[in-house]
Amino acid sequence: MTNNKSGLSEIVKSVCCWIEGFIFLFGCYIVLFGHLTPGGGFAGGVIMAASFILIMLSFGKERTDKLFPRTRTTLVESFGALLFIAVAWLGIYYGGGFFANFLHQKFGGTPFTFLSGGTIPISNVAIALKVMAGLFLVFYVLSTHKVILDEDISKTEKDK
Amino acid sequence: MVHVIIYILILFMLLAALIALEAKNLLSSVVSIGAVGFMLSVVFLLLRAPDIAIIQVIIEILTLVILIRATIAVDVHLVKNIRQFFPFAICMVLLLLLFMFASKAMDLLPEFGNYLSKVAPHYLANGLKETGSANIVTSVILDYRAYDTLGEATVLFTAILGAVVLLRRKAKND
Repeated sequence: MTNNKSGLSEIVKSVCCWIEGFIFLFGCYIVLFGHLTPGGGFAGGVIMAASFILIMLSFGKERTDKLFPRTRTTLVESFGALLFIAVAWLGIYYGGGFFANFLHQKFGGTPFTFLSGGTIPISNVAIALKVMAGLFLVFYVLSTHKVILDEDISKTEKDK
Repeated sequence: MVHVIIYILILFMLLAALIALEAKNLLSSVVSIGAVGFMLSVVFLLLRAPDIAIIQVIIEILTLVILIRATIAVDVHLVKNIRQFFPFAICMVLLLLLFMFASKAMDLLPEFGNYLSKVAPHYLANGLKETGSANIVTSVILDYRAYDTLGEATVLFTAILGAVVLLRRKAKND
């Protein structure tokens, strides 16, 4: 909050401070309860990515560079993809088929409760991690990329 | 009643698409594209598909932010070439045809609870027992048809990989 130079005005920053946590929490709810209520991994992941994009738009690029450097974002995305495939492969060994819901076959669980889904919440979390990191990475790349005209290149060469 | 509201929404969506084509300012055409997307999400909600409506709203917000940011960053705002009459007339005729097809498709949709495919009654009857997921849409996406989800995730992964590789700041050998 002390750094006023980067990002938008003070009003926007303080409103975003209040709101961004709630947006992220709503995304987590959509992901974790995707097997009970409408929603799922994709929608929740996009909501979480939108909360990070809100931080980046209001506070500037430097804040998100500290929170989520590019290497960490790519790691999270790859981890999500690998977790999704790992759940599918574990289904072969324990459930008898690719993407078999082996946790639900073994433990069951009462319907309409959180633990009833078996592997479905794990797959939802994996997809949410992948979509969140991927869409944030796309926004980061698209917004920091600038078109360089030939005049600018000649100017910088003259300056050197 | 619901069908009448959906007809009106489809008509407004076509109008917004026409405005997006004909607007001289790039920013206003982006805003009218956003209007198309939000009305589409209302249509999904009226057709009782809340999962798709949530995804449509969220994706529309994200793409609007990206598009507005892209159009503001570019200096050229005004489109100089004014469209001529003949392409405009063809555009209007095609939009009218699209509206007729859309309203015909609305009439042909099965009623809520009736199904066309043969596997649908099995999902509805055994979905909760076999997967433990109360939301039948999620049980189809992540259990019965999880291969499709894997393919979709692969497509998203490849698209993001392409964007990151093509838009990196420095070439390695430079």
